[in-house]
Amino acid sequence: MADSTFPVPGALEAAPHGRRWSQAAFLAWLHDWVVTVDHKKLGILYMLYSIFFLLVGGVEAILIRIQLVRPDMHFLSPWVFNRVFTMHGTTMVFLVGMTYIFGFANYLVPLMVGARDMAFPRLNALSFWLTFFGGILLYYSFIGGYGLYGASSAPDTMWWAYSPLTERAFSPGHAPDYWALSLIVTGFGTIGASINVIATALCLRCKGMTLMRLPLFVWLNVVTSFLALLAITPLTAAQVMLLIDRYLGGHFFDTQAGGSALIWAHFFWIFGHPEVYVLVLPAFAIANEVIPVFSRKAIFGYPAMAAASVGIAFVSLGVWAHHMFTIGMTSVGNTFFVLSTMLVGIPTGIKIFNWVATMWGGKIRFATPMLFCTAFLFQFLIAGLTGIILSVAPWNWQLHNSYFVIAHFHYVLVGAIVFCIFAGIYYWYPKVTGRMLSEKLGKWHFWLFVIGFHVSFDTMHVLGILGMPRSIFTYEADRGWAPWNFVVSIGGFIQAIAVLVFAFNLVHSYFKGRVAGNDPWDAWTLEWATPSPPPAYNFAEDPVVTSRRPLWDIKHPEDPDWRYE
Amino acid sequence: MSTLAVAQAEREQAWVQPSKGRVAMFCLILAESTIFTIFVVAYVYNIGKSLYGPTPQILEVPIWNSIFLLSSSLTIWLAERAVEHGRIKSFGLWWALTFVLGAIFLVGTGIEWHKLIYEDGLTISTNLFGTTFYSLVGLHASHVILGLIALFTVLMFTVTGHVRKEHADRIQVLALYWHFVDAVWIVVFTVVYVIGR
Ligand code: HEM
Ligand SMILES: [Cu+2]
Repeated sequence: MADSTFPVPGALEAAPHGRRWSQAAFLAWLHDWVVTVDHKKLGILYMLYSIFFLLVGGVEAILIRIQLVRPDMHFLSPWVFNRVFTMHGTTMVFLVGMTYIFGFANYLVPLMVGARDMAFPRLNALSFWLTFFGGILLYYSFIGGYGLYGASSAPDTMWWAYSPLTERAFSPGHAPDYWALSLIVTGFGTIGASINVIATALCLRCKGMTLMRLPLFVWLNVVTSFLALLAITPLTAAQVMLLIDRYLGGHFFDTQAGGSALIWAHFFWIFGHPEVYVLVLPAFAIANEVIPVFSRKAIFGYPAMAAASVGIAFVSLGVWAHHMFTIGMTSVGNTFFVLSTMLVGIPTGIKIFNWVATMWGGKIRFATPMLFCTAFLFQFLIAGLTGIILSVAPWNWQLHNSYFVIAHFHYVLVGAIVFCIFAGIYYWYPKVTGRMLSEKLGKWHFWLFVIGFHVSFDTMHVLGILGMPRSIFTYEADRGWAPWNFVVSIGGFIQAIAVLVFAFNLVHSYFKGRVAGNDPWDAWTLEWATPSPPPAYNFAEDPVVTSRRPLWDIKHPEDPDWRYE
Repeated sequence: MSTLAVAQAEREQAWVQPSKGRVAMFCLILAESTIFTIFVVAYVYNIGKSLYGPTPQILEVPIWNSIFLLSSSLTIWLAERAVEHGRIKSFGLWWALTFVLGAIFLVGTGIEWHKLIYEDGLTISTNLFGTTFYSLVGLHASHVILGLIALFTVLMFTVTGHVRKEHADRIQVLALYWHFVDAVWIVVFTVVYVIGR
């Protein structure tokens, strides 16, 4: 009983025509990508942008690790070292983390809700190009940081740019201006893109796609977008204040005129903590699609998953000062932020239980996407536990600004988020390009990356407990940190090799990969009902759905899902 | 076959979703509110912290200005009702009046700032009070300017006869923004001229 209607896959697709290279053809092709308002093309642009900067930020990480591989190294000067880690952090959070979100969301949200495009296609293009421009502006600081007066310089004030270091008196030149302007511009891009995701998911759903039938991927991206609207804007506001200080002689963070350095820290973390959830929720979104499909079971506890995401978003708005325990607070303040931080563990725990319960008793297929998601589960659990450790104020006084913190957040940012990004790319690459990524290279990529990851970041916890502070450009041999640092650096190089394997796989499989077909993973959401790659209009006929897994209903007319809803 | 009938019935229900323009505008307002919140917090946090220079006592309460701005919410509401019922002429009049009231507010702010700068010697770099005052009031004023540009665009469409009844929905989305700008003024007014003085 096919109660859902779909276009006949492939029937309306134009035959791919052989493209011969000529300058005119190339310009036409380029023009097409620059002026496009198609959500799929913009999604691909976001992803390419994100992957490009992942490589750039990766190179910066390798520079850091070479400098720290042995005590008393002189590979980078202290000044360059500061710039490199500032750019590494800023790049990874704002140019990689914030763009992969909209890469996936742009490509998939309209397909998953059965729409033909985003709600505001031109706003979508504007948002991407703002973000693009912002990234260029940040990297232009290497050339223009000192204006016309001297050598190049990138910002060197860390990714949190604490004041008063960023004030004119302490940071002359333009490096902090590039930093602030670039993040304001990418922030506007984020706001536009978030509005678009929300409007698409709430207003363009196909018939029958009630809120309780939205794929969890869409649910989490809506929550992410709301959180981004609330999180990015405090940073925008604080950066406008910083620019007022630097350009108009204002005194917001000017401690000599009664201004406050503390308030910058508050504003930054009011942004900064929700931001880390903005980054991680879309990773959860990917896991929510991959884990059920490769466990051959419907997701366990759909409503609990949706509710837990909303819960995480709410709680994350009230925990920011756990980054500021060492700045000093009243005991009431300390207690509040310790408890509110620990509270995050509850909705997060619900999620982990639900993923495990989804896998429990399933017929698990360990294809590359599932491998990445399985590792994600373990690593995210550990990262959450070190987070709880850090949320205990006395522990925090000891561990703050040590490598333990670096280990904690890289466990999340790499161990959870980057792992899920890889899972998502292996999972949806066939849809986007029409070809499978090589499983063999994928396995190499996965194992090298997991091994490199654990060699690096497990060891980093030890360094933190031994008292190595973050952001130092070198250390003396008698500290006892040398062997550990050596191991961390080795792990970094292994990860770099894994990422190169991945990059090679991306390019190689684009030309040589196995042809994917419409639905290579035997999945259940609407995007797999379209040809690979989908035509510009996505669906020739507006789909109608009657359950959470519309493709299951079509494939199993004898036992459709809507019977159980 | 009863299941089929159920599914059929479900399909025939009207499939209504929220208007995307409204959803987007509410999201924008949410984001903007957060920006204002941060600036308001910075203002309140810094009240009385200036180490030197003029203090908030030099401010005069802009009663008339506020009345002009707030009454523009009423006129734009009347304009919305007019276009909804297809009374384009009266829509144009109310809309133009809204624009004029907003413009008067802006001029009033200009006069106030002129006095502060040239008589009281308060600029954005004079002291902490100047920094926070001009930033917060200026942030609001810049939103008024954006709103006026939008209002003016619609006004031009109206004058050239391009506005019709079916545009009511879009016009109402834009009006939401103007209502927001007015509502924020109440907050700014309270913080700057009532609490902070
Ligand atoms: C879910 C994803 C998470 C991400 C992306 C994340 C990311 C981060 C980042 C980037 C920092 C350090 C910022 C810096 O100092 O430069 C940090 C610190 C911290 N995180 Fe997490 N975190 C996550 C989850 C958690 C959880 C679940 C908890 C606790 C329940 C937690 C507790 C903390 C604490 C207390 C600190 C402060 C450590 C310090 O600076 O002394 N985090 N986290
Ligand atoms: Cu945090």
